[in-house]
Amino acid sequence: MLTIPRELHDKIVTHARQDHPDEACGVLAGPAGSDRPERFIAMTNAERSPTFYRFDSTEQFRVWNDMEDQDEEPVVIYHSHTATEAYPSRTDISYASEPQAHYVLVSTREPDTAEFRSYRIIDGAVTEEPVAVVE
Amino acid sequence: MAIEVRIPTILRTYTDGAKQVEGTGSTLGELFTDLEQRHGGLQDRLVDGGALRRFVNVYLNDEDVRFLDGLATPVKDGDKVTVLPAVAGG
Repeated sequence: MLTIPRELHDKIVTHARQDHPDEACGVLAGPAGSDRPERFIAMTNAERSPTFYRFDSTEQFRVWNDMEDQDEEPVVIYHSHTATEAYPSRTDISYASEPQAHYVLVSTREPDTAEFRSYRIIDGAVTEEPVAVVE
Repeated sequence: MAIEVRIPTILRTYTDGAKQVEGTGSTLGELFTDLEQRHGGLQDRLVDGGALRRFVNVYLNDEDVRFLDGLATPVKDGDKVTVLPAVAGG
């Protein structure tokens, strides 16, 4: 299950809408081992594509080092799908490299609603999980 | 002195769980070959057909080695190499 504060949920959806029709991506950092997302970090999509995303490598290095310095880890890794459903694609699954993270997908294919779903992706296996948005 | 190499979580199966290992070499490619002697299987996760794998980021001190010389980048004792899987998808 992903438990996420309303404010962080909304920031992810806003980011996805802002970058539409390109895929948006980012991280929610939280204290290592806590499974609590606390800090929103929008990342640059170095691909700037409607169908692919990739964290800019230099930015990723900086963010990952910052998290380590603060004893944090990536609790949520999110990105958006701009024309398809909020379900991990084959590339999403093959590149998932943080086994402890919740992989959040937002779909911006509809103008008035955003699908927001979360998954664990471990060793190539995808498991959807419920999302609890806490006020 | 040697070269410190930081290993990401998903590659720690090759290092008995260690998040940092040491190696030697005068280029990044040689360093990975050296690591392979003690951590079999690791090199194949980093290198494909003589080049760095596409979705693996390697940094020498503070720079992505793709902006340097890739596997031919010179390395020396005291350098710090960090491996981070790219975060990507579609």
